[in-house]
Amino acid sequence: MSRRYDSRTTIFSPEGRLYQVEYALEAISHAGTALGILAKDGIVLAAERKVTSKLLEQDTSAEKLYTINDNMICAVAGMNADANILINYARQNAQRYLITYNEDIPCEQLVRRLCDLKQGYTQHGGLRPFGVSFIYAGWDHLRQFQLYQSNPSGNYGGWKATSVGANNASAQSLLKQDYKEDQTLQEACAMAVKVLSKTMDSTKLSSEKIEFATVGKTQDGKIYHHLWTADEIDALLRDQGLAKVDDEPEAGDIK
Amino acid sequence: MRGPTIIKAEDDKTRSLNKHTLMAFSGEAGDTIQFADYIQANVQLYTMRNDTELSTPAVGNFIRGELARSLRSRSPYTVNLLLGGVDPATEKPHLYWIDYLASLAPVPYAAHGYAQYYCLSLLDKHHNPNISLEEGMKLLEMCTDELKRRLPIDYKGVLVKVVTKDGVKEVDFDNDRIARAA
Repeated sequence: MSRRYDSRTTIFSPEGRLYQVEYALEAISHAGTALGILAKDGIVLAAERKVTSKLLEQDTSAEKLYTINDNMICAVAGMNADANILINYARQNAQRYLITYNEDIPCEQLVRRLCDLKQGYTQHGGLRPFGVSFIYAGWDHLRQFQLYQSNPSGNYGGWKATSVGANNASAQSLLKQDYKEDQTLQEACAMAVKVLSKTMDSTKLSSEKIEFATVGKTQDGKIYHHLWTADEIDALLRDQGLAKVDDEPEAGDIK
Repeated sequence: MRGPTIIKAEDDKTRSLNKHTLMAFSGEAGDTIQFADYIQANVQLYTMRNDTELSTPAVGNFIRGELARSLRSRSPYTVNLLLGGVDPATEKPHLYWIDYLASLAPVPYAAHGYAQYYCLSLLDKHHNPNISLEEGMKLLEMCTDELKRRLPIDYKGVLVKVVTKDGVKEVDFDNDRIARAA
């Protein structure tokens, strides 16, 4: 009978908790780490890509970082299949706003619309909640560059630097330690790889294991977002002295 | 005015949508008020839900979308509109000309109804891109003088509202001025 309050998503336990939501959060805390850092001239999102098997065909495209519209991107931690549904929903909503107002949707409004959907699954029962947390990075004319995080309960908040997924507690404390007000995007990128290198299992990083994306402003004031290529990531890792040296075999490598 | 009968001379055919956006309308008697109220309510709902105000271009696009939807329904609204507003952040003014066929055009000056046949030529001649509010009021006076001279039936005057970065305000306008034959 210990499962009495577990089976339905919408039933409070005697302590006033929703177990299904907490299980979803637990599932996310095993997923690859994703983090976001706000800088004065942009935002960086970085994510750990879990390499499950040597035999698995490596995706060349990003699997944890998605563009939502012209001025917003997001990082995913949790069940990828669930994330796809939400990303699709977010993209549709962003385009629907664009067609009615001929302006890009303000970041917070889009985050809120997604969270309204997520919240629904904690109240209208019968289905399980979405097992994903998001970190959103975007720009709008109301609040300039902004960073948000949301979780399966439908709560969201704005952050200067935040992380989700495995080891997010230690990532969070590293971010808290190293965060500087009005740092540049370049410094934020360096900080992101540094934090990832400490929270990930393997000591040496490579472009196969992480994904990177930035939102920033071009010289003529236009907003861009950019999913980094493998070469760009490797260049950054070399700059920071965190790159994997080719001839050094890693634990688990076939010798 | 309805047919040969004047029902109300000083009817206010404008709605404030938010602090810095004003909409003027003309067209089928019932449709105009119904549609204007609908737009006003939706713009205010947006402000309440999102704690921010829609920009004038965004409102224009929203209105256009609603008119386009209405046009393809069984009973479309027959409403023509002018939308004016000032962006409070950039202080940039906007004016849009919108008609019941869901055209939306950003314009430097505009008129709907019979007025356009008499006024547009004057506006073409005297408007310049750097015109001040004061000069604009003078130009408006030229327009109303022309209406007094040329409208074949009794002309009842105009109601004048001005939108600036500080908001919408009604201004006094001398409708009793006698226009000399040109």
